[in-house]
Amino acid sequence: MKHLSLRSAAPLALVGALVLSGCVENNASASTSIAVTSTADDCEVESATATSGPVRFEVENSGDDVTEFYVLADDGLRIVGEVENIAAGASRDLTVQLQPGSYFTVCKPGMVGEGVGQAEFSVTGDEVQVSAGDQEAIDEAVASYTAYTKSQVAELVTGTRAFTEAYRAGNDDEARRLFPLARVNYERVEPTAGNFGDLDPKIDYRKPGAEAEGLPFTGFHRIEMDLWIDEARGNYPDEDLQPLDAAGRAALADQLDADIQSLYDEVHADDFELTIDDITNGAIGLLDEVAAPDGKLPGEENEFAHTDLYDFLANVEGAQVAYESVRDIAAANGADGEELVAELDEQFAAMEALLATYGSYDVGFVSYETVDQSARNALGAQLNALSEPLSKLTFTVLGVDPGE
Amino acid sequence: MTDPTPPDGQPSRGVSRRGVLGLAAVAAAGTAVGFGTGRATSSGADDPRRGSHAFHGDHQAGITTPVQQHLYFASLDMTAGASREDLVSLLQDWTAAAAQLTAGQEVGESGATDGSPLAPPDDTGEALGLGPHNLTLTFGLGASLFDREGDPFGIAARRPEALTPLPSFAFDLLEDAISDGDLCIQACADDPQVVVHAIRNLSRIAFGRAQVRWTRLGYGRTSRTDAGQQTPRNLFGFKDGTANILSDDAEALDRWVWASDGWMAGGSYLVARTIQMTIESWDRTRLQEQELVIGRTKGEGAPLSGGTEMTEPDFAMRSSTGDFAVPSTSHVRLAHPDLNDGVRLLRRGYNYVDGNNDLGQITAGLFFLSFQRDPAQFVQIQTALKTDALNEYIRHVGSALYAVPPGARRGEHIAQALFES
Repeated sequence: MKHLSLRSAAPLALVGALVLSGCVENNASASTSIAVTSTADDCEVESATATSGPVRFEVENSGDDVTEFYVLADDGLRIVGEVENIAAGASRDLTVQLQPGSYFTVCKPGMVGEGVGQAEFSVTGDEVQVSAGDQEAIDEAVASYTAYTKSQVAELVTGTRAFTEAYRAGNDDEARRLFPLARVNYERVEPTAGNFGDLDPKIDYRKPGAEAEGLPFTGFHRIEMDLWIDEARGNYPDEDLQPLDAAGRAALADQLDADIQSLYDEVHADDFELTIDDITNGAIGLLDEVAAPDGKLPGEENEFAHTDLYDFLANVEGAQVAYESVRDIAAANGADGEELVAELDEQFAAMEALLATYGSYDVGFVSYETVDQSARNALGAQLNALSEPLSKLTFTVLGVDPGE
Repeated sequence: MTDPTPPDGQPSRGVSRRGVLGLAAVAAAGTAVGFGTGRATSSGADDPRRGSHAFHGDHQAGITTPVQQHLYFASLDMTAGASREDLVSLLQDWTAAAAQLTAGQEVGESGATDGSPLAPPDDTGEALGLGPHNLTLTFGLGASLFDREGDPFGIAARRPEALTPLPSFAFDLLEDAISDGDLCIQACADDPQVVVHAIRNLSRIAFGRAQVRWTRLGYGRTSRTDAGQQTPRNLFGFKDGTANILSDDAEALDRWVWASDGWMAGGSYLVARTIQMTIESWDRTRLQEQELVIGRTKGEGAPLSGGTEMTEPDFAMRSSTGDFAVPSTSHVRLAHPDLNDGVRLLRRGYNYVDGNNDLGQITAGLFFLSFQRDPAQFVQIQTALKTDALNEYIRHVGSALYAVPPGARRGEHIAQALFES
């Protein structure tokens, strides 16, 4: 075992009974306790600051729904720690080992959607020295990433419902606006969702893929085709494509909702497990999704809506969260590890900065049709610059003997 | 990348430090020795796979090196936001990898199979066991590298005067997507997999610093640079390169090929032109017409003024009809040094075939490569070809010009002198 210093904003989560060896004996030893009250529409945190080290959040559910409490990293995406299944009127504790940096706290009554009462939370003080390269660090990373996957699928449930409701109601402008946004949560965890072999084809298959496998064409892209029917007729001039009537829309919408719910049930099932390989390989897998011949970079993912840049960013964000959850383990592996995380930090930032020149989820991204070939080449070059070091992450996380 | 085991210059016991190639026993026979001109001898006569050329030397290999059978040429652009440090580190990493590749070694510290099973291999592996096959890797720098807005590489002031984009020529139909580029790599070897492997690995090393702009796969050398080489044929079916500058002609090399000024001293300038042939039209042309267009016989390659392939053309000779025996619009006459103030080029082109177009016509032609002391030599000859009868059967669709720095000496990286004041 060797000692290392974790970098700032590089926390390790302690969920439930998990303890970090050599640092925290159990929850009771937490030096700081902060009361949290979860209500139907707010998430009151007693103090917005804490000193680095173990912090215990004592979460009381004053609402009527079962709730959850999250501590998120400064990107608002990566889950540093979470406590689930807090019944109405009940209390549960979450103890997390927090390094100096900025975080967010948020509650999620009903356990789906984006949550309520998101607030900034800052941690000051010295970096906490921990032992790493050990199983506990890996367990923490897996716990953190598993929680992220669950929360993304939970948000996918509500985001998809809003989208399908607009579509069912014939509110096409709103449905077109929500289409790329609803997909973001799916794209962030695409390799995990893809592991459920029967669901991904129903939810996310493109028209050529469904037809090649003789499957009914359903899901996001089937609705996309209906919402952008003129574009679809242009892409498939030899086919007599007709807009769907209300009953046809309802059938598609109902099925997508049901399939997304099935995905939710799968990732929230007791036997749902991810491994450290799922995380590190999933990270590179997400970027492969971007670069694939039927992916975002060639503009084939959303061939009617041309909203590929939303999916592009979502894949990159998902990869970054996966990376961030193992970043400390990688950084702990000597000079090579330090070099790799420095390179990945830089390349993730450069990739997102380049994508930001085309828009954002909030203000919208430009149609991918307006991105010319040389601009696509530049996106591809940056994607390569990120993918090449990311392909070494699994080895750097797992391939070095922690005892050396 | 770390410095590789020096693979060249003197007989080495271990071709591969991992011994994967199993060539250690023959390394001494297969390792080339650099001479003053940078020319390397290929001494693996008993096994052509083992012929190799030193990467380090006074001049870059791949210019006077006996022309190999296969080419893979890559043009790359530096990525947006790349810095001088990125450019220098790329040239350093390429130097290290090129020294390994030209010695038939795998790229990187752990090669294709000796790394961790959890990591992608350093080397992509498709050349395992093939040997160097006389691989040469020749690197060049395009004008756009020096001209980039804001001069991020700090080299604008060091751009050689000769590195000025080529002018437009009559009948040019240039496509931007297969022209120009910040950097180039010419990979030549006697095995197609070896050249593909080299470019694939070098472009992989470049990710994040440079990206491929265009590539060209060539086969069947269309010229010779060594007196011992047969004159090959191009896709018109004619011998090409009979009057080329040969590697043992030191005087001609100094006069026409090697640059002598500043950081480019010992380097050269490379013109790369993708010349598409209208294959179907040519094939419907009668033999007599074909020979009048070229100015040589198709079989022997002799000038139409008579003799054999190596007979100098007699441009004054008249045929029975009173016209020049070697017609005034023939390619041989217009391109010949005698009618161009003695100007010569070192040609090193390859045939290429790149599928077909939507009309079912073969997309094929000559990937023309010439090295010269000054691009003005090429400009003079290409301008003279304006009335060339061959123009009916060709279109120049791609064009690029690169400064090819002198060879890197041991311990130096490619183009090191460019970055030293």
